Amino acid sequence: MKILVGIKRVVDYNVRVRVLPDGSGVDTDGVKMSVNPFDEIALEEALRIREAGNAEEVIVVSAGGDECQQQLRTGLAMGADRAIQIQTSESLQPLSLARAFLKVIEREDPGLVILGKQAIDDDNSQTAQMLVALWDRPQATFASKLVLNGDSAAVTREIDAGMETIEVDLPAVISVDLRLNEPRFVKLPDIMKAKRKPLDVISLEDLGVTVEGNVNVGHHAPPAQREKGIMVEDTAQLVQELKNRGLI
Amino acid sequence: MTEREIMEYDVIIVGAGPAGLSCAIRLKQEKPELMVAVIEKSSEIGAHILSGAVIEPGPLDELLPGWRDNPPPICIPVEKDEIWLLSQQGRRRLPTPPQQKNHGNFIVSLGAMCAWMATRAETLEVDIFPGYAASEIRFTDDGAVGGVIIGDMGVDREGQPKDSYMQGIEIHAPITILSEGVRGHLSKQLIKRFELDKDSDPQTYGIGMKELWRVQPGKSKPGLVQHTAGWPLDSHTYGGSFIYHMDKDRIAIGFVCGLDYQDPEFMPFEAFQQMKNHPMIHAMLEGGEILSSGARAISEGGYQSLPKTEMPGALIIGDAAGTLNIPKIKGTHQAMRCGILAAEHIAATSTAEGFDARLRESAVVKELYKVRNIRPAFYKGFWRGFIRAAIETITAGKLPMTLSIHADDSSLKKLDGYTPPDRKWVDRDLPPRDRLASVYFAATEHEEDQPVHLQILEPDICITRCVEEYDNPCTRFCPAQVYEMVEEGTAKQLQINSANCVHCKTCDIKDPYQIINWVTPEGGSGPNYQNM
Repeated sequence: MKILVGIKRVVDYNVRVRVLPDGSGVDTDGVKMSVNPFDEIALEEALRIREAGNAEEVIVVSAGGDECQQQLRTGLAMGADRAIQIQTSESLQPLSLARAFLKVIEREDPGLVILGKQAIDDDNSQTAQMLVALWDRPQATFASKLVLNGDSAAVTREIDAGMETIEVDLPAVISVDLRLNEPRFVKLPDIMKAKRKPLDVISLEDLGVTVEGNVNVGHHAPPAQREKGIMVEDTAQLVQELKNRGLI
Repeated sequence: MTEREIMEYDVIIVGAGPAGLSCAIRLKQEKPELMVAVIEKSSEIGAHILSGAVIEPGPLDELLPGWRDNPPPICIPVEKDEIWLLSQQGRRRLPTPPQQKNHGNFIVSLGAMCAWMATRAETLEVDIFPGYAASEIRFTDDGAVGGVIIGDMGVDREGQPKDSYMQGIEIHAPITILSEGVRGHLSKQLIKRFELDKDSDPQTYGIGMKELWRVQPGKSKPGLVQHTAGWPLDSHTYGGSFIYHMDKDRIAIGFVCGLDYQDPEFMPFEAFQQMKNHPMIHAMLEGGEILSSGARAISEGGYQSLPKTEMPGALIIGDAAGTLNIPKIKGTHQAMRCGILAAEHIAATSTAEGFDARLRESAVVKELYKVRNIRPAFYKGFWRGFIRAAIETITAGKLPMTLSIHADDSSLKKLDGYTPPDRKWVDRDLPPRDRLASVYFAATEHEEDQPVHLQILEPDICITRCVEEYDNPCTRFCPAQVYEMVEEGTAKQLQINSANCVHCKTCDIKDPYQIINWVTPEGGSGPNYQNM
């Protein structure tokens, strides 16, 4: 079967993120961009499935401007066979992205779609879930373990109460969590090989998707600065200070 | 152990700084058919680059004509130069010496410029590989340098392979270019092995610490280049500050301090912070925020300290050899010239042999020769150095003698019998409050479970001799607070917080016993400087 892996170009997790002075967004000028860490875990899992002989092809997909080709090439260097760029200059919200992804699914007919559980820039955790609703297939989100059993999969999910294991019929969408695996390092010779692997570019319009922005982002602000604290001499002063601040 | 995979290139360049990238670009311009690769230990080009920087554009015009139509992202023409002599509260404007007249020069972020140069290099089909550390030299059967070995990745703290283990490949090349920057670890080994420094003075270094600030609107005057000397340093410690005003309300502010300082209790980081709290500078910075910070050693020895730069199969270029012009505090144009020259030599001869002689005849070394006596003049203290520097400048370095350069590791005075000067340092209020707060802005990252990359060759010395003689100066000269002496019951023990390391190399240089050996951590580790 084919496995589709979605990857997103995000601000690298090491970057000290800064809000633009006018609150319109985050400063990405000259800032390092990387593959979303959860998407690397998703790709690693897909590669392991292929290496175990349960898939023939791993395809990485990303939506964005031509800059995201850098992340697609990283995916190819890790071991993916082919890459698809959904070309758009718009910033896509999860619903539009899920619609675009569905179009790619219709073209490629994969047996499994693996996504990261959320992107580290917007932390939405919505794309996988919206995609299954549109595709009308099963979902297994926050996966920390994945075992394929022919035409179904047993997925252990990380949930608030602990872990739960469910079985889903394939094709399905799996979104991965941190503990699923540790992504491999990229070997230097593979970076060279990746340059020759196919990378197809399809525009959003050619996929037949129109962008709908049903969420408007109003304003960005950094967390409130912590005020300097004061040291109190005794409980009596503590109580007085709390009263002064209207806290008791 | 399995045999390593091998990749072959005509030229392998270690380090994607201005020297290495200039060399790569020129090689492809001269001989496009050459297979050229650049490997770089930082995760992204520019992430380990830290510099003021005011650059002379000459080599850029030579290498990339037309660059002015498409300049690097941060590139501000210099408008004005100011030199200040500071006292604790006051200041006096000094006349600008010729080396500090910056008309025609540009204030840049060298990190952003290297990323920009890397894109140009890739267009010429140079293979650039960030995130891979060259950890060892590969030698051919006849003892020549034959390439490098990439460090293994996915190794745990005890040296055992983890699940993610990936063996480093070997890169074979008839020519290896070492452009690692100041105190490169491979250059250090090769200089020793091939005795490249036997006819030159020891290298002397400075530590350069820098912060990039976004200040309140109106406080930055784009194009203004300021330098200060005097307070907070005493007259026997070489150094001073730089303040470069950029666009978008940004100021690059930094402090350079000679590592030949004598006071074992001295903390260069604190001197930097003191300088920022001088009334003239405090007024610029208050209300602003720090965008990025970091540190890197600087080579100050110049002409006398240049080792032989060629050996069988390899060349050492740029600040790995020590081409920076310290009276100008500029090294980028020198590094680029050196890289261009190396490329032209290799394109013409296909061998390392003969490069050193060419370098000695070139503009790079002529420039260093002219100013060779200025730095060592300051061994006699600030005022005598200042006067001698003026004489050397007026005579354009034509006086017949050459002063020698002394090593830094032997300059520290022992505690016993030494009285530190009265520094007149103040209580300060600008961020960062201490080194840990500062290192946050370097965004330095090392995977915890990997071998410690700071090797202490004789650890007993720390708790027996060093604590008595010098009070463990590593706990003070490291700008990232990597080294700490912690109480273990009744005894003290050295704790190495290697995750904080910003790869400045100061410890490898200044340690009085020379028992600290810096090696490469896992590729991709280290600082993530932005626009530095």
